[in-house]
Amino acid sequence: MSLTELSASEALELFVKGEVTSAALTRACLDRIESHDEQVGAFLRVDAEAALARAADIDAQRLAGKPLGRLAGLPVAVKDVLCDRQTRTTCASRMLENFRPPYDSTVVANLKAAGAVLIGRTNMDEFAMGGSTENSAFQLTRNPWDLQRAPGGSSGGAAACVAARMAPLSIGTDTGGSIRQPAGLCGVVGLKPTYGRVSRFGLVAFASSLDQIGPLATNTKDVALLLEAIAGHDPRDATSLNVPVPNYSESIHRPLTGLRLGIVREHFGAGLNEEVEQAVRNALRVYESLGAEVKEISLPHSKYAVATYYVIAPSEASSNLARYDGVHYGHRADQAEVLAELAAEQEQLEATGDQRTLENLDTSLVRMYRRSRAEGFGPEVKRRIMLGAYALSAGYYDAYYLKALKVRRLIRQDFDAAFEQVDLVVGPVTSEPAFKLGEMTDDPLAMYLIDLYTVSANLAGIPGISLPCGFTQSGLPVGLQLQAPPLAEETLLRGAHMYEQATDWHTHKPPALL
Amino acid sequence: MAITRADVEKVSLLARLQLTGPELETMTSELAQIVTYVDQLGEVDTEGVEPMAHAVEVSNVFAADEVQPSLPREQALANAPRRNERGYLVPPVLGG
Amino acid sequence: MPQPYTTIIGLEVHVQLATASKLFCRCSTQFGAAPNTQTCPVCIGLPGSLPVMNRRAFELSLQTAVALNCNIPEFTKWDRKQYFYPDLPKGYQISQFDLPMSADGYLEISDSEDRFETKQIRILRAHLEEDAGKSVHDEVAGKADSEIDLNRTGTPLLEIVSEPDMRSALEARTYLQELKLLLTYIGVSDCNMQEGSLRVDANVNLHLEKDNQRIATPIVEIKNMNSFRAVEHAIDYEVLRQYRVWQKTGNRLGDSPKQTRGWDDVAGKTLGQRSKEESSDYRYFPDPDLVPVITPAKRVEEVRASLGELPAVLRTRLTDEHSLSEYDADVLVNQGRPVLDFFLQVAESSSNYKGACNWVTQEVLRVLKEQEKTIDQLPLTAENLAGLMAAIETGILPKARGKDAFDLMQADGINATEAIHKLGIEQVDQSQLETLCQELLDANPQIVADLQEGRQQAVGALIGQAKKRNPNIDPGLFRKICLELVSRT
Repeated sequence: MSLTELSASEALELFVKGEVTSAALTRACLDRIESHDEQVGAFLRVDAEAALARAADIDAQRLAGKPLGRLAGLPVAVKDVLCDRQTRTTCASRMLENFRPPYDSTVVANLKAAGAVLIGRTNMDEFAMGGSTENSAFQLTRNPWDLQRAPGGSSGGAAACVAARMAPLSIGTDTGGSIRQPAGLCGVVGLKPTYGRVSRFGLVAFASSLDQIGPLATNTKDVALLLEAIAGHDPRDATSLNVPVPNYSESIHRPLTGLRLGIVREHFGAGLNEEVEQAVRNALRVYESLGAEVKEISLPHSKYAVATYYVIAPSEASSNLARYDGVHYGHRADQAEVLAELAAEQEQLEATGDQRTLENLDTSLVRMYRRSRAEGFGPEVKRRIMLGAYALSAGYYDAYYLKALKVRRLIRQDFDAAFEQVDLVVGPVTSEPAFKLGEMTDDPLAMYLIDLYTVSANLAGIPGISLPCGFTQSGLPVGLQLQAPPLAEETLLRGAHMYEQATDWHTHKPPALL
Repeated sequence: MAITRADVEKVSLLARLQLTGPELETMTSELAQIVTYVDQLGEVDTEGVEPMAHAVEVSNVFAADEVQPSLPREQALANAPRRNERGYLVPPVLGG
Repeated sequence: MPQPYTTIIGLEVHVQLATASKLFCRCSTQFGAAPNTQTCPVCIGLPGSLPVMNRRAFELSLQTAVALNCNIPEFTKWDRKQYFYPDLPKGYQISQFDLPMSADGYLEISDSEDRFETKQIRILRAHLEEDAGKSVHDEVAGKADSEIDLNRTGTPLLEIVSEPDMRSALEARTYLQELKLLLTYIGVSDCNMQEGSLRVDANVNLHLEKDNQRIATPIVEIKNMNSFRAVEHAIDYEVLRQYRVWQKTGNRLGDSPKQTRGWDDVAGKTLGQRSKEESSDYRYFPDPDLVPVITPAKRVEEVRASLGELPAVLRTRLTDEHSLSEYDADVLVNQGRPVLDFFLQVAESSSNYKGACNWVTQEVLRVLKEQEKTIDQLPLTAENLAGLMAAIETGILPKARGKDAFDLMQADGINATEAIHKLGIEQVDQSQLETLCQELLDANPQIVADLQEGRQQAVGALIGQAKKRNPNIDPGLFRKICLELVSRT
């Protein structure tokens, strides 16, 4: 059996015992990346030399009897949105194509301290905005289960590389579903923690009150292990929660007795793909056979979740991305071109005698900003910046941003009420399986609606997990989503694990890449 | 509230984005569509509901007033598109 | 002749708080560092950076707001004020918009020369925000670049906004002086305009009457004033300018947008600054990276109790309880806390506020000025000065020699006893004086004759002679003895 078929937990056990080296594990992943990533496109950058050097260090540490971190020797892929001073952090954008941060994000620092071998940087939708990874400025990522289809997004690369067994563990981010949705579409496990569970320091911000960093792997036990390594309070993030991190990888083995699962009435209407619905309902039957009770609950405001999200997220994004102005870092437009453009416009306006426009003509500084940003950002990013700036602008703030914040509270209250009756909310993670590349790119709104089942968790700040629960006739993965109350990741993982133990979906591998 | 081309032009200046003529057209229709969709929030009765700006109910998080080393200047300026020995360079801020 | 208009002035003051590190990161706030050597990912606004509030900055703001008699709401939060400028790396400034940490306070101002009546200037609000960086513009007009230094970004600023309650440039200057006194008293800032730790913008307009209607002229914001004096001159100039403009154009408040003008100290005038048509829509919204701060009423009371006596209260205590003149109380309090504390120590030790006041305001301040020293650099201790006063009071040291003793004490840091000894001053007792007096009377029959005829001023010459014989005599006592002796003969 190839080393890449080992789960992270299995590999870790063998490594600690000295039966397999980190160098061997890392080499195996690098080989697989070399043979398969041209097709999949999960990675933006792989630094084989650095990874092998690091693996050798960890091996030496083990031999010297030094204490080992909880991820010792394990290859981990990281979405290119988390600062790492040893590499560029591009966010799959031309704006940051050459940006090298002078510092490590807390999560990357934690991974390094835990002994992980950071094997490469995964592809994503630009600045984490998108649901298919097609918004990357650099390359496409293909779904390992069907290379003509999208892997989902924005953590498409992180999900695809794990599904393709190029790395046993990866780190993604989730603002409106960007871990859970691609995990579901790629047949792997992905978890979005409670807001504040994992430090955002060093995470290039998209929507500050919604962003969370989370683990992806082929199975729940590995996800638990990775979550343990990255969770915890960080004094450099004022929104990070000061609560201890439970031993997720231990408690995960205890199934939940008397588990009450809630299915959301509003989520099972028209628009839900039949095969997806079938796979989800089958999963519910498995839960019932394990002693769980399934009841119907209502989240009355769920139909407004996407609209709420698409006001709040772009608003925060428009502000977070204002720093990309070409002044202190990032892409700056060519000065000569800026001046030439202005000169030409000035000439034209003088010729037509348009005094008013002439007076309001951009200064060279303003035009530098506008061109730098126009050149640096892709269309989806621009769309969201525009939408956000509009929603926050004078005259619209109350009707849009403020209103959305109020509906957000109602969405949260819906969950609070639901969790008084059930322990976990369960349902599909997407309404359709993986769609074809290019299918959604002309319809921004349709793309937004993909987030239907996932945005509520971000709005409410609660944790959610997606795990495989079946396949369509054509062999596309179907994901099951579980959601839990704030800080109930243990319940989430235990609930997911007990299902996983009773099924074997997680053992399937993409046939195209064997 | 229908979003017009003039609105989009104004917002593009606020957001410091430059949009070509065709881009303005596309952006206007796309934004109009999205705005129409999010307008449904107006249906929701939010009387007496407190806005939820944060996902966590935390308050009073502080750091002690202790100086720690800053970045050496070279590192601070390393990603600057244009710089001199001392600082970042931009086109003149006034006039021009 | 009454003025045809009323001057309406409001001041917006930005005070840099005296913290060691910045508001949201741990970079030093020290003034004068080489450009871009006091920055980090947070204050540069690098991707992924996050702000965390400096506890001391908030505490200093709270102390200031309480000292300004403001209302402190229990809940406060920070908002993003968004605009693009090269010295603002995040593209927004973290400030406070609709729920600032304090509001509705006041600062009392008065004039010891009574040029205006004592009044309270209302404070609309005081809020905590971060400073921006600096751009240095190359003098070669238009062509060269601007150079950006981010050392200053993230420095904590307290923005104190007054209501337009001031009615003259003098009132404005007094307000600033009083504010600076208060802030330096509680130690929240050094309020140094030259170093930029205190900045002032003035909002000025006129109220006039025309056809029995009260009319207001457009408000002008004046910037770029580098001293309190400059503020006073700028306002004086601006008021006259606005009146001329009014007479020419009749423009009223609302007719044109708010104008910004810069004070040119060299030319002595305000100059219009180019302002674009572009809207300054700041798109404020709550900063999602910062959490609110809750300040219970109990905490406010704790702060109030910890402030100690503030200048206003101190002045009142000195005039009401210790009968100092308003003028003297002003002089003492205006010297700042260190001198005032010194004075209070002397006054309490000697139980003589008036006496201590005279010594401090006359002799001590003179010495400090001459030697360009601060009070803590002066070798003379409060205790020793009180001792000097006691020595004079008990007669051990003749009053006339007091200054001599003082000069020795302040130079050498010795006490009164040591000074008296060094000066060779000895007590001259009554019998010695009588003997001396009799001797001199005997030697000066003419003076005796003058005295017998009632010309008492003749004794002055005798005193002179006596002093030559023994510099330690008390002239007053000697005079008395002489007259007595003469009257007996």
